[in-house]
Amino acid sequence: MAGNSEPLSPRAKLAVTAGKAAAAVSRAAGRGSGSVIGGRVALKLDPELLGRLAHHLDVVLVSATNGKTTTTRLIAEALGAAGPVVSNALGANMPAGITSALAGGSDARYGVIEVDEKYLAGVARDVTPKAIALLNLSRDQLDRAAETRMLAEKWREGLAGTHAIVIANADDPLVAWAASSCPTVVWVAAGQEWKDDAWSCPSCGGVLQRPGDDWFCGECGFRRPQPTWALSGDYVIAPDGVAWPIQLQLPGRANKANAATSAAVAAVFGVAPKIALERMYAVQAVAGRYDVVSYLGRDLRLLLAKNPAGWLETFSLIDGPPAPVLLSVNARGADGTDTSWLWDVDYTRLAGHPIYVIGDRKLDLAVRLEVAGLQFQVCADVDEAVRSAPPGKIEVIANYTAFQDLRRVVGN
Amino acid sequence: MSDTSLRLVWVYPDLLSTYGDQGNALVVERRAQQRHIPVTRIDVRSDQPIPTSGDIYLIGGGEDRPQRLAAERLRRDGGLNRAVGNGAIVFSVCAGYQILGTEFINDLGRPEPGLGILDVRSVRNEGSRHVGDIMGDIDERLGLPPLTGFENHQGNTVVGPGARPFARLRFGSGNGTGDGTEGAWCDTVFGTYAHGPVMARNPLIADMLLKLALDVHALPPVDEQWYEALRAERIAAATQASA
Ligand SMILES: [Zn+2]
Repeated sequence: MAGNSEPLSPRAKLAVTAGKAAAAVSRAAGRGSGSVIGGRVALKLDPELLGRLAHHLDVVLVSATNGKTTTTRLIAEALGAAGPVVSNALGANMPAGITSALAGGSDARYGVIEVDEKYLAGVARDVTPKAIALLNLSRDQLDRAAETRMLAEKWREGLAGTHAIVIANADDPLVAWAASSCPTVVWVAAGQEWKDDAWSCPSCGGVLQRPGDDWFCGECGFRRPQPTWALSGDYVIAPDGVAWPIQLQLPGRANKANAATSAAVAAVFGVAPKIALERMYAVQAVAGRYDVVSYLGRDLRLLLAKNPAGWLETFSLIDGPPAPVLLSVNARGADGTDTSWLWDVDYTRLAGHPIYVIGDRKLDLAVRLEVAGLQFQVCADVDEAVRSAPPGKIEVIANYTAFQDLRRVVGN
Repeated sequence: MSDTSLRLVWVYPDLLSTYGDQGNALVVERRAQQRHIPVTRIDVRSDQPIPTSGDIYLIGGGEDRPQRLAAERLRRDGGLNRAVGNGAIVFSVCAGYQILGTEFINDLGRPEPGLGILDVRSVRNEGSRHVGDIMGDIDERLGLPPLTGFENHQGNTVVGPGARPFARLRFGSGNGTGDGTEGAWCDTVFGTYAHGPVMARNPLIADMLLKLALDVHALPPVDEQWYEALRAERIAAATQASA
């Protein structure tokens, strides 16, 4: 399909132009990158634009609750070895944002596209991808009532007849169940730290047994598929048994898992693990995440954690005590307005760190930390927190809009 | 109390712990420990029998399918009903609250029998989901300050003659029946739609359960600074949101 590009129809061309104009207006008005608004205008003019824009591309879709933006970036970097890549690198992952990103990549050969979990089945229908990477599913934004198993079921039904090669995490029972309806699956043992959304068998509702890294349902026999790729410590084991070292500038176990999955995706596109992994090393920060910035004469590392699984992975990558930790939590629309998820997060993992608390919902966090028996200081804003913190790089962990607020303040 | 330590049973965290429900267990534990009351927490997965010798049972909220599975398994097990027969204290939230009643509508749209240990009956609200901060006055017989919580459910629950509403709301939907009632209680069995979790926002509910379990009228004070600050903020937010 690649290289065999079909000229866009006049209507599609008009839609792309109108979309670019709208994006420019939106940017000029200071309303962000403009990518979503441009895409929305374009899609309205030509609802089939997404499929047409993707027609000349070899596309991989990436979806998950956590890690999809980073993994999209890692795959884009890896596929760059094979040819020009277009990607929605800024994380605009709904159809309008995807349309807008693709409209900017007419010379590309590969499309690496992050897709919001809820839109995956629809986008997969529209763009006929060559590959789909499924990383994990867990609770997120409780007030939306997007039940995790319902999402898995949507994936399962929407992807059942796909011609794409599906690269899926064998260690996440919900993902495994969703992907097991697909004809061609490459299973990756990418690990799963957060297990509290997967104690019930997604197939029959029985209680899952989880000895060690394995899992199975004692009632219906649904079990962990045999992986062909595996993350093993700092290595990814390829199907031929060769262990390739994963060297990243991005911290943490979760990013090693993202790299392992990305290597498996790259192999589908003919990029060898050695080359793919070498190229992934170039990725430093993803949309400001993991960035170390200087503020008030201090180094701050900015970490985004949107849900319990994300917080758990983040705790495992920060520097140990006595590194100061600054926590910020909001509960605006994009965060989900229900803060009860704070109680799913094991904050006792922060014992020994000096802790500073800010954000719209700092009092919810204060009670949470009090009940965890931790010492902490509630601060009016990031300045007070940074000035109060003892020496050393400050690990800053924030949920979605709190992270955006922080980036605005600390100038990144 | 059955022996020297208070037995706190958390029912089916594998099915009914979607909305930070562990928080209620953590707050009860913490406030007991601050009073030097030894606590043993027992988390019971849905493939394990419910112990009948617990002092306080907590049962939380969950999604529609796990709620049906939990009801099926609790009925089959019978342990929670026996514990209540022995005088145990039960505090339930949302999906767990509905399960304690006589009947609710399950994920398949069919009536599902509950455990019948609280005289309430739930149906599915046909309108939009009840989501947001709630605030109201708890039944004066319980001697508790105003209730603050966060509701997030699609249920409408009618309180029968064998139970009393837990609270009357000034803001929020609560039982969703339009009469301002929220939750229900009878003797030592309590139910509410309030998340938050409800004990984090209303720590004196946790103290009430401890006092019932220990059969005492008062407990030594603990530092309420952050709880009080959070309560004040959330009560103001609920008031503002509905103004
Ligand atoms: Zn099963």
